[in-house]
Amino acid sequence: MLQIRLHGRGGQGAVTTAEMLSLSAFLEGHFAQAFPSFGSERTGAPVVAYARIDDKEVRTHEPIQEPDVVLVQDRTLLSVVDVFAGISPNGYAIINTAEAPEQVAPELCKKLPKGHVLTFPATEFAIQAMKMNKPGAPMLASLAAATGVLKLESVQKSFQTRYPGKVGDSNAEAAALSYNYLKEKMKEAE
Amino acid sequence: MTEQIEGSLGVAKAVALCRPGVVCAYPISPQTHIVENLGKFVKSGKLKDCDYLNVESEFAAISVSLGSEAGGARTYTATASQGLLFMTEGVYSASGLGLPIVMTVASRAIGGPINIWNDHSDSLSQRDSGWLQLFCESNQDAVDTHIMAFKIAEQVGLPVMVCMDGFVLTHAFERMDLPTQEQVDSFLPPYEPREFLTPKEPISMGAMVGPEAFTEVRFLQQRKMAKALKIIEDVSKEYNELTGHHSGGLLDCYKCDDAEVKLVVMGSSVGTAKDEVDRLREQGVKAGIISLKSFRPFPYAAMRKAIGDCKKVVCVERAFSFGGRGIICPEVKRAMEGTDCQVWTAVAGLGGRAIVGKTIGGIIKAALEGKFKDEMTWFDIDSSVLNSYTKDGEGVTFPEGPLADSQLMDSVK
Repeated sequence: MLQIRLHGRGGQGAVTTAEMLSLSAFLEGHFAQAFPSFGSERTGAPVVAYARIDDKEVRTHEPIQEPDVVLVQDRTLLSVVDVFAGISPNGYAIINTAEAPEQVAPELCKKLPKGHVLTFPATEFAIQAMKMNKPGAPMLASLAAATGVLKLESVQKSFQTRYPGKVGDSNAEAAALSYNYLKEKMKEAE
Repeated sequence: MTEQIEGSLGVAKAVALCRPGVVCAYPISPQTHIVENLGKFVKSGKLKDCDYLNVESEFAAISVSLGSEAGGARTYTATASQGLLFMTEGVYSASGLGLPIVMTVASRAIGGPINIWNDHSDSLSQRDSGWLQLFCESNQDAVDTHIMAFKIAEQVGLPVMVCMDGFVLTHAFERMDLPTQEQVDSFLPPYEPREFLTPKEPISMGAMVGPEAFTEVRFLQQRKMAKALKIIEDVSKEYNELTGHHSGGLLDCYKCDDAEVKLVVMGSSVGTAKDEVDRLREQGVKAGIISLKSFRPFPYAAMRKAIGDCKKVVCVERAFSFGGRGIICPEVKRAMEGTDCQVWTAVAGLGGRAIVGKTIGGIIKAALEGKFKDEMTWFDIDSSVLNSYTKDGEGVTFPEGPLADSQLMDSVK
């Protein structure tokens, strides 16, 4: 089972991102689950959402305390919330920022295998394609690029299924931009 | 059709497949998404011949339900927490009048202090209301149980509460297999009430019954509950054969055959508990789970059979009775009367504190190691929070770890 924890701020669509993650996995024939951490949601407040992917029915309903992947949709959370708490020693972390991984998460870079902490400016790609700070599709595209657990096409299709028309298409575009950017960057690093 | 959707949407689709004639709604978290979706179905024409009523309170929601069901319409509503309490007067009327309303309770704690998160204190507060109470362990189970609930309610002649864990299920995106309309139509015939209110042939319902017959009315109501036990089993069997699902029933056993300890669990913690049992079995720990689906009527005989000759049973309880003890445990004890089976309560998961695998593992370990001294023990309790309150004021400190009832009693001596 792959367990993913998403951190964002109210209004950025972290809960929707987790839902789209589960839908993407479902579209690929996997079993998946997504749920938010429940609270009194407010715009700008830290939000946590969870997703699980497996090849058999996901039965557990406990919150994810030992994630295989942590997606951080907002860089400013790093100093507010212990976003990497419990992360698996072989896990992945992807942070929405233009800064280098060693700059924003030096401790984590030492802890995880090389290349498992990634950064990229998800918000820039979201604004470029959608004119909005909704970094969900770029974050899922980055997960697809970095780990291969999802296909870019599934990520795109999940948003287009949920938001048919312009909104879904612009999310799909933002996802493609992000995916290609990260693939290019990973090639350079090799 | 298999879909990856929110639990609330799955339940709304399931209810729509049952072709309700009336849905009335008053929003309260965490059930709101269910009735919102039903509202959309009615407006878009997807759900036809259904009156959707926005009412001004939960009291009105149950009152409208009483009226519409008495008028012969298949009726659905949903609520949670304080909303259910606000309904209470009508809740009792519905069962007393034998009106087969189906209502979702998206189980949530009762305040104060204000708490919007999941536990079972709302649904279990209506234990004695005369409604059937069916608990769901997953969203698939919730989808299926709602469809079965209409048939069970109408066959028994009593209302059914479908209890699904608020947020944990209602707000979770999961894979759900919805039966087709043709399947549901073949399973659930149009509602044909034995009698209903109509101006054409006026009758009165719910007239006053005095001491000369009230006991008998109650006896007959209890008799319906007794009938319900078999009807729940029969309807579940029929539904599962139709759909290939494994849902509903009175209770469901997981790895119970050779279990040295069995946990009785209700609701969404069942899945978490099953995963933990699998982990523990790899280490040679023989534990099993009894998922209690029907809390009312309580399946005493089925419970006794499910426990068998196991000597250690712990009821994982997400609500308790103030000044008393657990709510499920006494029922299980009754089922095991005359045997040497020990039955305890583990209180956990109140007001949204998650029941995690470790909680289940800790309870199983405590039972096998003989650490249950009292009937009731509090698990996952934070003694530092307690001590911050009791230490200065009363000079009382609690140790870390689970707290047994005797420790609580000793602390007030």
